[in-house]
Amino acid sequence: MNYNWNWGIFFQPSPEGAGTYLGMLVTGLQWTVVTALCSWALAFTLGSIVGIVRTLPQAWARRLGDAYVELFRNIPVLVQMFLWFFVLPELLPQAAGMWVKQLPNAPFWTAVVCLGFFTSARVAEQVRAGILALSRGQSMAGLALGLTRAQTYRHVLLPMAYRIVMPPLTSEFLNNLKNTSVALTIGLLELTARARAIQEFSFQVFEAFTAATVVYLLINLVVVGAMSLLERRLRVPGFIMAK
Amino acid sequence: MPMIEIAHVSKWYNPTFQVLKDCTLDVAKGEVVVVCGPSGSGKSTLIKCVNGLEKIDQGTITVDGIRVDAPETNLPKLRARVGMVFQHFELFPHLSVTDNLCLAQMKALGRSRDQAVAKAMALLDRVGLKAHARKFPGQLSGGQQQRVAIARALAMDPIAMLFDEPTSALDPEMIQEVLDVMVDLAREGMTMMVVTHEMGFARSVAHRVVFMDQGEIVEDAPKAEFFGKPRSERAQTFLSRVLVASH
Repeated sequence: MNYNWNWGIFFQPSPEGAGTYLGMLVTGLQWTVVTALCSWALAFTLGSIVGIVRTLPQAWARRLGDAYVELFRNIPVLVQMFLWFFVLPELLPQAAGMWVKQLPNAPFWTAVVCLGFFTSARVAEQVRAGILALSRGQSMAGLALGLTRAQTYRHVLLPMAYRIVMPPLTSEFLNNLKNTSVALTIGLLELTARARAIQEFSFQVFEAFTAATVVYLLINLVVVGAMSLLERRLRVPGFIMAK
Repeated sequence: MPMIEIAHVSKWYNPTFQVLKDCTLDVAKGEVVVVCGPSGSGKSTLIKCVNGLEKIDQGTITVDGIRVDAPETNLPKLRARVGMVFQHFELFPHLSVTDNLCLAQMKALGRSRDQAVAKAMALLDRVGLKAHARKFPGQLSGGQQQRVAIARALAMDPIAMLFDEPTSALDPEMIQEVLDVMVDLAREGMTMMVVTHEMGFARSVAHRVVFMDQGEIVEDAPKAEFFGKPRSERAQTFLSRVLVASH
């Protein structure tokens, strides 16, 4: 292979005007992180609600929750991205559709909503599993003490359920972060999109994608480290939990 | 008026399996009633119906004059006044012993944290576990956990206590410490409905013994009469088995 390595490329001025190629990577990283955090906030909130709904005694509520999860879990995230970005504005009344299309940072908002809903289905599944992992006696004990069902969830079931599913939730957080790269297809200038731009401008394909790979790895290592710290802090004394 | 009044209660788990068959049973104020019977006889289901943790399909259950099975009844409010102790303790593992005792006092009764802690400490002292107040349930033995669970129920100042096989999940050497707490409670005049196989407990403090089999109340007799000579053959067979097993 006859390839001309040039790691110095990152310090050369970018063809976009101001800044260097490194600067392109950094702004890409910023979009990736912001998109990941915003979509996770949405996913965690919606996912927790749907996960709880799927454990309620009312059969109709559980079925509604099941339908939600199957809808958002079973369509590829790329297709969902296109549906939110290209199809939804056409289905809305004309004025609303125009408003969506002309939204500043439309790719960003679309990515947040799309990943938020997609990941929420997966979070819902984890939260439900965590609640069901607790014995039925726990909710009975809460109710028998005179707590309402909402109080029983808030003070008895959820604190343990979240602890139990913290490891798989960490995986979902990382999946969500990596899925932000799909948003390059609707024009979000996140890390992968910026790496591709560097390659297109400079032809330094290996340097561009090596840098992107290393950055993804580093963020994920930071997340894993932070989560295991959090797990240790929230550990329940005397309670045996999977390591 | 009885404190707990169970009248003609039937319950089905599905259209073909009837778990309770026309059960009628009263517990007067200050009375201790032991419910026994072979496993699968419906005794745990019956006691869970008393505070509405299980729904009934026919009949009525009244606690302190309030219909448990009526849709308009505020169940959380009623349950806060009826203590329940479970076979597997069901302490909340993420809360310290003190917080286990304080949670419902604060959330259901609206007591301040100071009031709740004071009450908790007095009760922990009473069950001999004051030194363990800051520990977590997972750091206690089974017998200690069950005593905490009894203290947790008592912290709500209940008008009656329900015990669902409180010693069945315990190692033999821990059974007595739990029974001692229950005997004290009975002697103080607490209204108690106790599902148990501990015939020694029944002999020493029960006023009446109820024998259930296959969802039916087969026998409901004063203690002396039940242990003297049970009328039904099923109760006789059961008694001979559990009494042999416990000696």
